Amino acid sequence: MDLLVIVLLAMLTENYVLAKFLGICPFLGVSKRMSTAFGMSAAVLFVMVVASLLTFAIQEFVLVRFGVEYLQTIAFILVIASTVQLTEMAIQKMSPVLYQALGIFLPLITTNCAVLGIAVLNVQRGYGLIEVIVNSIGASLGFGVALLLFAGLREKLELRNVPEAFQGPAIALVTAGILSLAFMGFAGLAPAS
Amino acid sequence: MDKKLFVSSSPHVHGQVSTPAIMWTVVLSLLPATLWSFYLFGLPAVTVVLGTVALTAALEAISNKVAGGPLALRDGSAVLTGLLLALTLPPGLPLWMCGAGAFVSVVVAKAFFGGLGQNLFNPAMTGRVFLLIAFPAAMTKWLVPRGTGESLLGHPVTAYDTAGKLVELTSAKVDAITAATPLGLLCEKGAGAVAAIQNSPDLFIGQLNGSLGETSAAFLLLGGLFLLVRRIITWHIPVAYIGTVAVIAAITHAVDPAQYASVAFHVFTGGLMIGAFFMATDYVTSPMYPMGKLIFGVGCGVLTMVIRLWGGYPEGVSFAVLLLNACVPIIDNATRPKKFGLTKLAAA
Repeated sequence: MDLLVIVLLAMLTENYVLAKFLGICPFLGVSKRMSTAFGMSAAVLFVMVVASLLTFAIQEFVLVRFGVEYLQTIAFILVIASTVQLTEMAIQKMSPVLYQALGIFLPLITTNCAVLGIAVLNVQRGYGLIEVIVNSIGASLGFGVALLLFAGLREKLELRNVPEAFQGPAIALVTAGILSLAFMGFAGLAPAS
Repeated sequence: MDKKLFVSSSPHVHGQVSTPAIMWTVVLSLLPATLWSFYLFGLPAVTVVLGTVALTAALEAISNKVAGGPLALRDGSAVLTGLLLALTLPPGLPLWMCGAGAFVSVVVAKAFFGGLGQNLFNPAMTGRVFLLIAFPAAMTKWLVPRGTGESLLGHPVTAYDTAGKLVELTSAKVDAITAATPLGLLCEKGAGAVAAIQNSPDLFIGQLNGSLGETSAAFLLLGGLFLLVRRIITWHIPVAYIGTVAVIAAITHAVDPAQYASVAFHVFTGGLMIGAFFMATDYVTSPMYPMGKLIFGVGCGVLTMVIRLWGGYPEGVSFAVLLLNACVPIIDNATRPKKFGLTKLAAA
């Protein structure tokens, strides 16, 4: 499969946030400021690639080998959560600066369903090693694009005269909905097959 | 006692431009294209335009009332939104669908954000994209305009009548004929299907099927130039937008004429003219600075062509404008001019 198609598919056509509606919690949670949104995007890029590789290995060498594919979901959740924790500990020891920069976002990613989503999708689509890496990079770039656009809009929203009933999460969700409508324009850009 | 002196803070010299004046000027500039669509499509066009404008105005009045603010209906912005939305709809769209689009435009995309000047996305484009995704079949049913029904794309159109006899359709015999738009044909069948018309003057005049206001590039260009002359809009966005589309079309057409249509075809079909002059230039949802406007226009052009050439939808103008609306905060941040007298170091 063409690698460019995989990237476009993961980034735009099947954008994990705006088309598949995965990872909505960090999308709404850390999109109030541009700088935090950027930190979150970087953290997601890192974790998604690592977690995709690990779950790929688990699927190939453990689940399939012993015929226990039905344990996929629970195994992947366990692997992702412990990966995030291990990464956090490692970064804290090795690079306190990076740890400070990522801050709360690293543990938050544990609950980002987009990470689990991409791990499961990699298996469903039968991607090989290179494709898994490319797909997870594309997906996290798409997550970053969506998050940064949304953060910019929310910063602007604070200056707007939003009616009291719609302030806060309500208008954020309306904005996210319109952004998602706009992303539907990418449908069919890279056919998934 | 008469006041002899007026004390006020600066600025002391005001332009006589007001929001209603701008809105009604834009409405005026759209009138030729609107009347032309009445002529081309007849009653279905009149119903859609008048219905949408009336529903938009009514919804604006209701949301003003609910919000408790002053009635903002008289500034003409709701009428303009309604007219712009109507011009992007296919003739003969059921009125309740027009109403749904008007609701999304005026209430969801504007009133929820606080009314005029507070919205983040172009209301008319939001309404159109909503309708396109919610009612894809009705939104892509195109009536054939007057004068072209008998020989669409050079082929006589025939059908079986009730007696089972094959007859040639003329506008005298049927109420209306529907057919794909040129961009729809291009999307489904490639440039070969539109080869006959891709350099035809019909593209410019607008005797082609399509949305109400998008068919006639000539009348929209006229309206756009009027706005430029009246200094309602600046040249940056339309020139950057249409220029980018033309450049991409020229390159792709030169590479493979069999698959990609000509420059004239891409520039004069679809919603490009109305999008570039009337949608993308919306003050509230476009960047503030000239450099940002150029980036905005180029971005719209690239996305429009990407969706037209490689995407699933035949036309990308409305999606492109919405996507670039979302980029405006980032563009504005990146293109904020340096304050005069400050060095780079001090500014940072």
